[in-house]
Amino acid sequence: MIKSVLVINTQGKPRLTKFYDILTVEKQQELLRSVFRRADNVSNFVEAESIFGPDSRLVYKHYATLYFVIVFDSSENELAMLDLIQVFVETLDKCFRNVSELDMVFNYSKLHNILDGIIFGGQVMETSSAEIIRAVEEISKLEAASNSISLVPKTVSGWRSR
Amino acid sequence: MASPSLMDTLFQRGLDDIIKGVRHQQSSTESIFMSRVIEEIRREIKSTDLQTKSTALQKLTYLNSIHFIDMSWASFHAIECISSPAFSHKKIGYLAISQSFSESTPVILLISNQLRKDLKSGNEFEVSLALDCLSRIGTVDLCRDLASEVFILMSSSKVFIRKKAIGVVLRLFEKYPDAVRVCFKKLVESLEGSDSPIVSAVVGVFCELSAKDPRSYLPLAPEFYRILVDSKNNWVLIKVLKIFVKLAPLEPRLAKRLVEPICDHMRKTGAKSLVFECIRTVVTSFTEYESAMKLAAEKIREFLMEDDPNLKYLGLHAISIMAPKHLWAVLENKDVVIQSLSDEDPNIKLESLRLVMAMASESNLMETCRVLVNYALKSDPDFCNEILGSILSTCCQNVYEVIIDFDWYVSLLGEMSRIPNCKKGEEIENQLIDIGMRVKDVRPELVRIARDLLIDPALLGNPFLHRLLSAAAWVCGEYVEFSRNPVELMEALLQPRTSLLPSSIRTVYVQSAFKILIFCIHSYFLQKEDMTSEVSDLASKRECSESSDLATGKALVQSDQDEGFNPRESNQSYEYPSVVDTGDGQSSTPTFMEKKSLMHESIVNLLNLMELVLSPLSSSLDVEIQERACNVLGFIELVQQEFSNPLIRKEANLDREEVIASRVVEWVHDGFSEELGPVSVTAQDRVPIPDELVLKENLTDLEAICGGVELPAPGSFSLTSPYYGESAVFSVSNLQAEEDSEPSTESTSLLTEHRKRHELYYLPSEKNKIPANDYPPANDPSSSINTNDATEDLVKLADQSLVSKRKPNHAKPRPVVVKLEEGEAAPVVSKKPELKDDLLSGAIHDILLGNEAKAASSQSNPSDKSSSKRKGKAKHVDLLDSNLAVGEQPNHENPSSRRSKHRGDGKQKSKKSKGKKNGDGREDDGEKESQKIRDHHGRHKSRQRADAPINVVPQTPDIPDYLL
Repeated sequence: MIKSVLVINTQGKPRLTKFYDILTVEKQQELLRSVFRRADNVSNFVEAESIFGPDSRLVYKHYATLYFVIVFDSSENELAMLDLIQVFVETLDKCFRNVSELDMVFNYSKLHNILDGIIFGGQVMETSSAEIIRAVEEISKLEAASNSISLVPKTVSGWRSR
Repeated sequence: MASPSLMDTLFQRGLDDIIKGVRHQQSSTESIFMSRVIEEIRREIKSTDLQTKSTALQKLTYLNSIHFIDMSWASFHAIECISSPAFSHKKIGYLAISQSFSESTPVILLISNQLRKDLKSGNEFEVSLALDCLSRIGTVDLCRDLASEVFILMSSSKVFIRKKAIGVVLRLFEKYPDAVRVCFKKLVESLEGSDSPIVSAVVGVFCELSAKDPRSYLPLAPEFYRILVDSKNNWVLIKVLKIFVKLAPLEPRLAKRLVEPICDHMRKTGAKSLVFECIRTVVTSFTEYESAMKLAAEKIREFLMEDDPNLKYLGLHAISIMAPKHLWAVLENKDVVIQSLSDEDPNIKLESLRLVMAMASESNLMETCRVLVNYALKSDPDFCNEILGSILSTCCQNVYEVIIDFDWYVSLLGEMSRIPNCKKGEEIENQLIDIGMRVKDVRPELVRIARDLLIDPALLGNPFLHRLLSAAAWVCGEYVEFSRNPVELMEALLQPRTSLLPSSIRTVYVQSAFKILIFCIHSYFLQKEDMTSEVSDLASKRECSESSDLATGKALVQSDQDEGFNPRESNQSYEYPSVVDTGDGQSSTPTFMEKKSLMHESIVNLLNLMELVLSPLSSSLDVEIQERACNVLGFIELVQQEFSNPLIRKEANLDREEVIASRVVEWVHDGFSEELGPVSVTAQDRVPIPDELVLKENLTDLEAICGGVELPAPGSFSLTSPYYGESAVFSVSNLQAEEDSEPSTESTSLLTEHRKRHELYYLPSEKNKIPANDYPPANDPSSSINTNDATEDLVKLADQSLVSKRKPNHAKPRPVVVKLEEGEAAPVVSKKPELKDDLLSGAIHDILLGNEAKAASSQSNPSDKSSSKRKGKAKHVDLLDSNLAVGEQPNHENPSSRRSKHRGDGKQKSKKSKGKKNGDGREDDGEKESQKIRDHHGRHKSRQRADAPINVVPQTPDIPDYLL
């Protein structure tokens, strides 16, 4: 089972956090702080039991300014989890056309849609990025449709974008 | 704050505005901005407009996940949002709920109805939202209420929904096990087909379930086997392998069937993840299959040759799983392993360190440790301590099993303590004391090492080494008779920098100094006795001392001393630490020669020194230090009267004062020279508590009185080694009590008496000491190699361990290592396999007599294998049947108790399976096909069925092969 998915930038700021175990906010913050630190071109595993409790492993992958981190237990394969990060990033790349950290910052909701398409309740549900994108696009359409009911956007950015 | 302005009410900042806003803030103004935003959100979220509300909630959810702002207060608003008809509001609401709700959220019950509504929705994405939410926050109540909805969704025509419904089942089973009755059949059915996302989801669920309770899923092994052979999906294959790792120990015959397909995958697949999973499966579960192990080792070798550090790390990891049973795999890859020790990757270094230590044996241990310690000197602090830790733990396994030359090991411990980054003071402390007590022959060397540690003022500055120093101090005090220069030790113990030590350790120092003082004075008296032995008056006293020595088993020492006395030099003051050289310069011979230098003057100087140092301590704030210092000072005063007055001394022999002083010294010395041995951890428990002793009452009173008072750390050594679960505990304060309370002959006689009474808890006193005189000097500096080239060393080490199987000729026999009786220190290594065997045999037993019969019978009809549907039907019939059966034979089992029994309950099940032993032999053929499912749903029924012999078919004695 996957316990958590985190995206952190190289300054240690979180860009996406998802915990499939219920954790208090303080605990989440503590985890995040301890996860962040790492040199390059070494193996992608970090000892995680001291932070996440027994039977937890952590893999991470470094893309440009972002670290993608997955915490999981012994029911998952380490290399498969690295592949999963790859799937996630590929999907992001396709969704945003050359994904950058800024995309991650400003598309909070879509990010969650994508991740929820891949992982469901801590289990890997879908690994084909085409399928994931299809679902994400449908969700976006639905959202847009339900939003268009309110003709006058109330948010400031809504005004601006008109 | 002012009331909301017109701008605020008309316009609302969206999530993007917040994100931009935060980005523009300096770190100093961020918190102000944040609190303003939250205030805004608090206002907006109360709005009746769902659009405004949901936007506010979205902002809050964002801030919670990225900036860890508390959002538990908004839980009710989240529920309001999911009840909105608009999908976007729902989505925001559900995200907020799954992110912030927990079992203890009070309003969680309110979402039950909305979830049900959404689960029934025609929009697959709404259903998906609800399922996702349930899978994350499902409570017992929610799972119970919604189980039937989920069940319906499990047969949805849309794959998108079906797979998620299957995913939710995991949560359902966990929280509400009775859901098994409803959903399990569907779940098993979904295993059909081979490569759909549905199978992937189901296998994932079974993987999680079998991790908790593998036995229940054993009957599904054929299904998993089919997937293992047919599936082309690596994700599914990995999960199936994970399941089989859990099942294999329960059913030994599985391995035979599985080895081939797994090896097949290993050979054919290109996916490293699958290869690795195969390797891991083989090395953990199929260790008896030589060919599979060979193949796995081959693949591991390929991993090790890769440049990718991940593969290298995993390869080493796999080898370390193999190591305990298949050391050849480590030896085969020795070169890589040892090279990896200098890898830049900390994970790889750690794994290879583990493997290097796994290769260590009696023959190559010295070399390995030497190289590793040299390597540790150059490593970063973390890894340095890892190295030291693994050396320490390897060496002390099974009561120092691998160590032959203890002199060497003790000096290695000394060397390790001097490594600047060493933080292993505590472990070294334990081992120093432990070895001191267990290995008599090593004591002279131990004292030498301890002396070196004590006189080094630099070590006092390192707080990590304080514990170690306390061990050194204790060793010096306890085994002072082996010291070449007790005066020097005394100076070391009393050096000014000891003020850096924590008080608990200073107490040990004071106590040790006291022991040394007693020893010196005692030797002085003996010496004087020798010189004046003609004097009849003293002769009687000496007799007395001799007899008491005999009583404490110290006769040997005594005679040694007698021989050793040779009044040659006399006026040597304590300023001359240069010890009288005892010829060969080795410390292994107890050197009593120097005692001749303990002349009156040096004793006086000693006393003065102690008085000088301890006087300030007598007003120390720490009660232990204060007490000890006062005791020692009192003693010094007593003795000093005699020593300070030379006139009295001249005509000493008949002086009353001296007689008293020397007798006191005698008694205390006797007390100290009683040997301390290791004591079993459980020794205390085995002492029966006298009936009239009521400890608890008083203790609770005490707690009430000094509840707030923080007790200082007790000044006691507690030797608890995690490696052999045995410890020796003794406290210095006990010693203190022993000599303080009554410096009379009682001290020894009490001890002897105690020993007589509780002989059981004492170690057998050793009759024959093996003289260990001619050890080669440990860690001969001349043999120490150039420390500059670590890798070269490591390579040499590789060559060394090549010959590790050949035992070198040890010039010396291994010294006696005292162990506790009755196998309390049972070797770790031998213990583990035993345990496993027990489990295994227990499992085989269970399976053969209980479950197996059923599992096998369900397989007896080959065409039956994939007919889960039929089984499903049969199960319904079965449910009815069993109810009937209960009706017919109500006395067999309380029907109401059946309801509470479910698959997840391991204990009940094992009881069941035992109970079924008798009945299962006579299974009706017609029922067999239902057995498999029933195995999961209601094992409790089988007993009733079995007890109702309708068509008795005797069970074939040989159980058909599992996977046929």
